Amino acid sequence: MRILPTSRAMRTGAVAAVSAALLVLSACGGTTRDDDGDDDAQTGDETTDESTADPAAGGDPGAEIPEGLSITFLPKQINNPYFDIAAAGGEAAVGEFAGEFNQVGPSDATASSQVSYINTLTQQGVDVIVTSANDPNAICPALEEARGAGAKIVTYDSDTDPSCRDVFVNQASPEGIAQVQIEMAAELIGGEGQIAILSATANATNQNTWIGLMEEELQKPEYAGIELVATVYGDDDDQKSFQETQGLMQSYPDLKAIIAPTTVGIAAAARYIDGSEYKGQVHVTGLGTPNQMREFVHNGTVEKFALWNPEELGYLAAWTGAALAAGQITGAPGETFTAGELGEYEIGEGSVVLLGPPTVFDSSNIDDFDF
Amino acid sequence: MVRDTAFERPDVAADALPDGPGRERGRWRSALASWDTAVLAVLALTVLVAGMLVDGFATQRNAGFLLLDVIAIGLLALPLTLIIITGEIDLSIASALGLCSATMGWLWLEGLPLETIIPLCIALGAVLGVVNGLFVTVLGLPSLAVTIGTLALYRGLAFVVLGDQAVADFPTSFKSLATAKIAGTGIPYSVLPLVVLAIVFAILLHFTPFGRSLYVIGYNREAAAFSGIPVLRTKFLLFVASGAMAGFAGVFWTLRFGSARGDNATGLELAVVAAVLLGGVSIFGGKGALHGVLAGVLLMGALRNALQLANVSADVLSMVTGLLLIASVVIPNVALRIREASWRCALATVPRTDKSTASWQPPGAEDRKDPTP
Repeated sequence: MRILPTSRAMRTGAVAAVSAALLVLSACGGTTRDDDGDDDAQTGDETTDESTADPAAGGDPGAEIPEGLSITFLPKQINNPYFDIAAAGGEAAVGEFAGEFNQVGPSDATASSQVSYINTLTQQGVDVIVTSANDPNAICPALEEARGAGAKIVTYDSDTDPSCRDVFVNQASPEGIAQVQIEMAAELIGGEGQIAILSATANATNQNTWIGLMEEELQKPEYAGIELVATVYGDDDDQKSFQETQGLMQSYPDLKAIIAPTTVGIAAAARYIDGSEYKGQVHVTGLGTPNQMREFVHNGTVEKFALWNPEELGYLAAWTGAALAAGQITGAPGETFTAGELGEYEIGEGSVVLLGPPTVFDSSNIDDFDF
Repeated sequence: MVRDTAFERPDVAADALPDGPGRERGRWRSALASWDTAVLAVLALTVLVAGMLVDGFATQRNAGFLLLDVIAIGLLALPLTLIIITGEIDLSIASALGLCSATMGWLWLEGLPLETIIPLCIALGAVLGVVNGLFVTVLGLPSLAVTIGTLALYRGLAFVVLGDQAVADFPTSFKSLATAKIAGTGIPYSVLPLVVLAIVFAILLHFTPFGRSLYVIGYNREAAAFSGIPVLRTKFLLFVASGAMAGFAGVFWTLRFGSARGDNATGLELAVVAAVLLGGVSIFGGKGALHGVLAGVLLMGALRNALQLANVSADVLSMVTGLLLIASVVIPNVALRIREASWRCALATVPRTDKSTASWQPPGAEDRKDPTP
């Protein structure tokens, strides 16, 4: 029964060792964030070298996409409707160039489980990994290892650190999102009248970027007859957005249209207008998902709204991967390739391919989409 | 000193039987009944079958991937094994790991050197363990309730420390400590601390009076207290060890993924508990061996790795894990019933006049005990 002496000795020893280590290490400085600068600068140099070397090697636009190219989608998580639609687009594209399509992924949206899947794909030797990152940095070393084994890396939806992927397929540019919403609103109200914006929170970065760009867009001469009278914030809360819409109608009885660049806001605004005396007089538009808005489009409350099409996103990402694997492109800005039915795309700054303007949904096409 | 053999090795009991068919059956049964031996066998079988059937499984690189995936689980499983043997549980380990990881990121942003941050993180983990230990021993609360509480508390604190931000600019020299492979093999260097700690814990559990006392505490708390074992102090120390290990695993996790985040290792406690139970540790305490647990950790890792390589979907993977866990609880129980039943048969065949066997109790009767210690 010599538990006490043993454990006491052990504890004293451990405490002494830890304090000694702490003393020694803090005395001789050690690795801090500040002297990490060299390290980062070095890696920075390497990546620049690589990207300047790439155009020299160059893509061969005429290269054939080899048959049986294995392209695997690794979304943030599986059983997520948004990613399943993107995967359907990817599968369609892979079918067109006779490759092998697969989708794998974790059931929880964490970076560590994604790393395990990337390792598996490395081991399987797939040609292209198309992934949406749960953490822009945590999956980087695993992607590097996959690249070392010969895989091409395309990111979609959520990018990683640019140094560890070949191309990022961006679903929408802020300019494109702002333009399409002003265009829709202008068309709905016949180019003249008061409009208001129902946003999410007052400090939401993406919302504010879009609102700023929409204000710029309204300066254009063709929109001279449109007056933006108010921007209100529904905090991406259904109830609050509903009340803010109600408040807008009371403050601005002549309001012609409400633009809600948030999926929560647009649904709440549509629900308010649907049940009010303003139905048919005030237009609601903005960014929403077809499943959320279907009812309002069919009953006439909402004529049209927009969002990028995840199916096209997956389709383009798969074609981008094929173009990389075939050697048509290397990921350098300025290179072009053809993405099946979507036509020709050019790689922009930072090796980013932009999907294009958002898709507009109305009663003619909304039933073709399920997300 | 108390030995565990009486509790976990039915072969000792079988030796006491007179020669004959009953004794033969006893040997056969004891081999089957020794769960940790069975897990080792299943592990060997899994590796063998996967190596033959699954493309890309039996390669150096894949061995490296597999080991990197199980290191954190293995580290956390070591102290948890000891805790479960004493009849307690620590469910806060993954959250403590997350909090240590987030703190590591925060201290790094504050400009502290990593050489100082790493011991601080381990110390923080130990403090988190002290909190659990105090609640369980001083206040006498059930560890299940306490550590479910601290599971939520520590995870919440992790988000307080770092928000939803991620710190990822750790120096490459340190990140590669976690992922670099021993030259010429696929084995990562970071397996070494696990191996060393596993040996330390195995010696502690199986070859020291302290380790032996854990079985007594788990098997019969009152008896342990009456025989002079400092039950509360022992449990307290184990919770501190578990916390410190979570801190160490947090450092490993952060460097391995190169990213300090509040949500690191969310839900990992379930994988660790599953591996420990699969390794033959009884959730009611008093039973288990460290080699079984390590086999359990590797078995879960190998199975997951092989099934992923074979393109089995994540849903099926979770189902397999769940079924394994249920099997690891059900099979020993069923085996126990069978053992008890056949003991009765064996006793019935022995002439009643033989006093040496008439007084014999089937060892299964000892194995069944009140779940609450």
